[in-house]
Amino acid sequence: MSAVTPPAAELAPTPRRKLSDRVRAERRFAFFLVAPALIVMIAVTVYPIVDTLILSLQRADLRFPAANKFNALNNYKAVLTSHVWWADVAHTAIITVIAVSAQFVLGMLLAIAMHRTLVARGLLRSIALVPYGIVAVVAAYSWNLAWSLGNGGWIPHLLGLSSDPLSHTFGSYVAIIITEIWKNTPFMALLLLAGLSLVPDELLEAAKVDGAGAWQRFYRITLPLMRPAILVALLFRTLDEFRIFDVIYIFNQGAQGTESISMVNYSTLLDRLNLGLGSAVSVLLFVLVAMIAFTFIKVFGAATGPGGDAR
Amino acid sequence: MSRKRYVAAGLAVAGAALLLAACGGSSKGPVALNWYVFPEPSGSFAAAAAACSKASGGKYTIDISNLSTASDQQRVSLVRRLAAGDSSIDILAMDVDWTAEFATAKWIQPVPASFASEIRRDDLPGPVQTATWKNRIWAVPINSNTEILWYRKDLLADIHKPVPTTWTQMIADADELAKLGKPHYIEEQGAQYEGLTVWFNSMVDSAGGQIITPQDKVVIGQPAVVAGSIMHEMATSAGADPSLNVAEEGSSDTQFDHGFAAFEINYPFVWQSAKATGPSVAKVMGYAPFPEVVAGRTPKVSIGGYNLGVSAYSTHPALAFDAVRCLTQEKYEITYAVKGGLAPVRGAVYTIPSFEKLYPFHALIEKQLIAYGLRPQTPAYADVTLAIQKALSPTAAINPKTIVSTLKGELKDALSSEALL
Repeated sequence: MSAVTPPAAELAPTPRRKLSDRVRAERRFAFFLVAPALIVMIAVTVYPIVDTLILSLQRADLRFPAANKFNALNNYKAVLTSHVWWADVAHTAIITVIAVSAQFVLGMLLAIAMHRTLVARGLLRSIALVPYGIVAVVAAYSWNLAWSLGNGGWIPHLLGLSSDPLSHTFGSYVAIIITEIWKNTPFMALLLLAGLSLVPDELLEAAKVDGAGAWQRFYRITLPLMRPAILVALLFRTLDEFRIFDVIYIFNQGAQGTESISMVNYSTLLDRLNLGLGSAVSVLLFVLVAMIAFTFIKVFGAATGPGGDAR
Repeated sequence: MSRKRYVAAGLAVAGAALLLAACGGSSKGPVALNWYVFPEPSGSFAAAAAACSKASGGKYTIDISNLSTASDQQRVSLVRRLAAGDSSIDILAMDVDWTAEFATAKWIQPVPASFASEIRRDDLPGPVQTATWKNRIWAVPINSNTEILWYRKDLLADIHKPVPTTWTQMIADADELAKLGKPHYIEEQGAQYEGLTVWFNSMVDSAGGQIITPQDKVVIGQPAVVAGSIMHEMATSAGADPSLNVAEEGSSDTQFDHGFAAFEINYPFVWQSAKATGPSVAKVMGYAPFPEVVAGRTPKVSIGGYNLGVSAYSTHPALAFDAVRCLTQEKYEITYAVKGGLAPVRGAVYTIPSFEKLYPFHALIEKQLIAYGLRPQTPAYADVTLAIQKALSPTAAINPKTIVSTLKGELKDALSSEALL
C-alpha cells in the first residue's frame, strides 16, 4: 500500500487551484462521453429503485386504484409482523447456507482438479462449466422431471421411492438444494480457480522443502492467499442463492414449506397485484442482501484489506 | 455537409409521411380485433375466428394472440397489459373466476343489455352466473367445465360394490381394494394450486356451505369442517396417492391411466386422454356424478371454463361485441365441443347427436352445470384462492378443529389486501 500512496497524493489537485482551460475542456468532454451511459443507468436502475421505495410507502393495488393512498410504514409493518415473511426468511436461509457451503467445498475440489490437471485442461474446464451454461429455467424443468415420480422421473425410480420427493418437505429441500448445487458449483469453481492461480508455486515448493504436508500447505498457504477470491466467490453465490426463485417456482411453487422470499415477492406483486406490499417486500429483501454483503466484507474483508494484504 | 443534412431531413419527413399514409389507409379496410386466448390445441378457435372474420363482410378480422396454457400465467399477462391501459387487446378469454376482479377494476366493458338477455336465455345457469357480477353480465361464456367421478368398473366388480355415491363410500371402497392388494388410489388435485381451491370449494358448497358471499363477507362455518374432515380423511387413507401433494389435473390423470388408481375426480378431458395413454384402462373406465359430501344432498361442483370479455381500452368495442357474438354462436359451440372437447355453455348443444357420441356423459355434465357451484366471486379472488391453497396444503395436515378459525383469519387478510399471504 505504501508504494501506491505518494503518486496518488501528487495527482490529487490542490482544492483551490484554478483549472486550466484544457483540463476543463477535457472534463466537459469526459462528461459528455459518460452522459449517455449515465442517463441509461438512471432510467433503468435509479428510477425503478426510487419508484419501488415510493410505492412501498403507499397502499397501491392495481385492482383497486381508487383506494390507493399514502400509508407511511404500514406495508413494512404488515410484512414484518407476518408469520409468512419470517417463515420465508427461514426457508431462504436454510437453502442458502446448505447450498452455498456445499458449493464451496465441491467448487474448491473442482477448482483444484482443474488447476492441477495436466491433460486436456481446456476440455475439462469447458465440461465442468456446462451446468452453469444451461439456461436456468431449462435446467430447473429438467431436474423437475427427474425428481417427479408422476412424470416418470429417474431419481425416485433409482431410489425406489413410492412417493414423489417433491410431495413432502424434506424431499423438496433435498431436491432444490441438490439442483442448486449442480447448477452453481461450476461458477464457484471458476472464481476459486482464479484465486488458485494467484498462489505462487515457489511458495508451495518452499513450504514443501521445509517439510509442510499437503494439508498444511493448503490450509496455511493456499487458503490465506486465496482469501480475496474466496470472499468474492462466497459473496456472489450467497447473494444469488438468497434470491432463489426459478428452481422453487418450477419445482412446486413454494408448496411443502419451501417458499422463498423472492417467491412471496412474486406472488404479492404479480398474482395479487399489490404493488405497495410487494414493493415493501422487495425493499426488505434488498436490505437483507445489503446486510449479507456488508457482513461478508466486514468479516472476510478485514483480513484482506490494506493491512492484511501485506506480503 | 449542410446540404446533405437537408436531404436527409427531407427523406425522413417523406418516410414519416408514407408511414402515416399507410396507417391511415389501413383504417379503411377491416378493423383488426385482437383476441387474447389460451392456445386451443384442436384449432377450433382459430377456425371460428377465421370464419367470423369472413362472415363480417369486411367489417373486422379477428387476430388470435395466444396466451400461456396455465390460467394463472394468462391472468398475469392480461392484467399487466390492462392495468397499463393497453389498447391492443380487444377481446380476452377470461377464466370464470376473474369476472369480479376485472369488472371492479373496470378493465372490461359490461355486455350490452340485449346481448345479455340472450345469454341468460340460451346458456346454462352455471356459466351465466360465472359471467355475472353485481347483477350485470360482464362477459360472454364460451365454454364450461365440471369435474365428475371416473372409476374402474373391473375393480368395483372385484369387490362386488356399486359405484360409490358418497365420499365416505369411495374412501371405504379404496380401503377394501388396498387390503386386497389391488389398485386403490383416489386421484384428486392436492397440489398447492388452483385445483386445491376447486376441490375445497366443491366440498364446502356440496356440504351446503359457502366461503365468501358476493358482498365479501366471510361466512365459512360448519360445512367447511365437514369438507375439511373428508379431505383430511381421504388424504390420510389408503386411497391417498403418495404424490397427492403434487397432484394436478394432468399428473393425477396420468396415474389413473397407468392403472394405479380406482377412482379419479377430474374434468372430461380424461376420457379422450385415457384412450390415448391407457387404452386398457379406458376399456373399463366408468363415469358417475361427483360423489355426495353429505348423503342425500346433491353436490354443487365448482365449475370452470372461460368467458369472453371486451377490453375497456378497446378502440372498437361495438365490433368486438359483434365478434364475440359470432364466436359464441351455437354452430361454433358445437365445433369447440366436438373438436376441442370443451363443455358447451348452451343448453341446446347437449342434445346434438355428434356431441352426445363424443361426450357419452353429456347428461351428467349438463346436470352439474345446472346444479352448479361457484368459486368465491370477489374482486380479490387472487388473494382468496392463495389463502385457501396455503391454508389447506398439505391436505393430510388439515385439522378439522381449527380449519374454520385459521381460514377466517387468512381470508380476512386476503380480502383486506393488506397482509402477506
